[in-house]
Amino acid sequence: MPAAYEVIIGLEVHVELHTTSKMFCACPNRFGAEPNTNTCPVCLGLPGSLPVFNKNALELALRAALALNCRVNRYSRFARKNYFYPDLPKAYQISQYEFPLAAHGQLAVYKNRELLRNVKIERLHLEEDAGKLLHDEGQAYSYVDYNRCGVPLVEIVTGPDLRSPEEARIFLETLRRTLLYTRISDCKMEEGSLRCDANISLRPWGSETLGQKVEIKNMNSFKAVQRGLEYEVKRQAEILDRGGRINQETRRWHEDKGMTDEMRSKEGEQDYRYFPEPDLPPVIVEDSLLTRIGTELPELPLPRYRRLLAEYGLTPYQAEIITGDRDLADFYEETVRIYYEPQKAANWLLGDVLKLFKQFPGAIKQSPFTPLHLAQLLKLVDGEQISGRTAKEVLEESFNSGKMPELIVREKSLGQISESHELEKVVDTVLRENGAAVRDYREGHKKAVTFLMGSVMKATGGKANPQLVIALLEEKLAKIGE
Amino acid sequence: MKISRKEVEHVAALARLAFSPEEVELFTRQFNDILDYINKLNEIDLEDVEPTSHVQPLHTVLREDEAVPGDSALLEAVLREAPETENGFFKVPPVID
Repeated sequence: MPAAYEVIIGLEVHVELHTTSKMFCACPNRFGAEPNTNTCPVCLGLPGSLPVFNKNALELALRAALALNCRVNRYSRFARKNYFYPDLPKAYQISQYEFPLAAHGQLAVYKNRELLRNVKIERLHLEEDAGKLLHDEGQAYSYVDYNRCGVPLVEIVTGPDLRSPEEARIFLETLRRTLLYTRISDCKMEEGSLRCDANISLRPWGSETLGQKVEIKNMNSFKAVQRGLEYEVKRQAEILDRGGRINQETRRWHEDKGMTDEMRSKEGEQDYRYFPEPDLPPVIVEDSLLTRIGTELPELPLPRYRRLLAEYGLTPYQAEIITGDRDLADFYEETVRIYYEPQKAANWLLGDVLKLFKQFPGAIKQSPFTPLHLAQLLKLVDGEQISGRTAKEVLEESFNSGKMPELIVREKSLGQISESHELEKVVDTVLRENGAAVRDYREGHKKAVTFLMGSVMKATGGKANPQLVIALLEEKLAKIGE
Repeated sequence: MKISRKEVEHVAALARLAFSPEEVELFTRQFNDILDYINKLNEIDLEDVEPTSHVQPLHTVLREDEAVPGDSALLEAVLREAPETENGFFKVPPVID
């Protein structure tokens, strides 16, 4: 049965900018410090203190704006959003309102490499984060930590363009990947450096007007975004089915209970009493700054994916995984630059190397195993100096110690035996000791050669060059038969 | 444009202020006096004038992104001023959404 309603979703995404200091004061912007230790009169909202805007926050926000194909407003300014809540000591949040930093962007969203939709970015604006409230259910107090208060954020608002909870999740993953490429933020949903609220409404198919929207908060993972919205689609459809009306409200997703419940009636927008922030002069983005940010922008995931397909003949699957992470893509291209075997490099990287990277606690860039290591390993395999099996051992050792593969092979004398006179001795011994297999072979059981081959490999600890062993065995078996 | 008592009460509620009926009366009158005064601007042709948000001719005042660690003496003083604290946290009545 087709669904009775069309689902309309728009997202508001908050991304903490990865600066050294806060947005309007010099307090460290750092996650996980002792409570309230990264505070000062400005972020505590003490009277007489004045904010000064962080240059890096502006530049990182511009980078995000360009990566999302936004039009940057040459003139933007800050506004006060007034509300009372203990996470906000000034009783207003410095945000942007009528003059956001950027607007009219878009982000292409793909599912299984098919274009799903071009999602509009309505606006991208700067604002400061609020403090963090800790409360356990049933406790007599809430605890306030202002370390996060004043951390720079960009808020990214999409159009009401997303048409299913799954699409919302895929959009968010695409957005995260894009922003990670620009290195403006570490985008960790579990640490709150990437947060997502959603507006969702349903309408009968074919209807031109939007239904009453509900805001959903507290979806703290990609999975939660999809699940929370799926729950909400069901809840709203049930109300509409029985002829009910959707209330304008904010609901909270409870991951543990798998449901949303009402948080508070949403205050009307005018109740925030926005007005231009008098303590901060307007921001004018000069051409020269915008040009510089533009040239510093890295190649983004989608163009890079297309280039990797064309330039290295990768499969779409390979290119998608490699470009899924900028570090991995950098690693790949650097490897290929040193050793131009794009297919071999991709196979190794996406196989054994990626497995090791996944177990590695740090970022790929910090790993002691570099493209130089991988290129050298591939050259050893290619030159038949080591077998494929030995290569895996060398890879693991190289990954753990950071030693160059050549050194490991030399130190452990793992080199493949490609000298035929050396192998000949081994082959002769094996033939002598396995008379039964030789007989089988001569009686037409050609499979016996596999057994003999295995014996040679065992005798050499896997170091024998397999092609050479086969050639020698066949040559000698043929001679025995004469 | 006239400001009503209801609007004054609404703004007072948003600002968490409680006023007596006499005060509401007074502020309603004063709000309207202020607006009347500002309305004088409507007598001038302002067609080509941008609304003023900032009076000083400054823009794009930026600081370098350099961090200075928090001042522990200041933090202690601030925590001392708070009605209640615990383990470095400010303690507030439970916040119910």
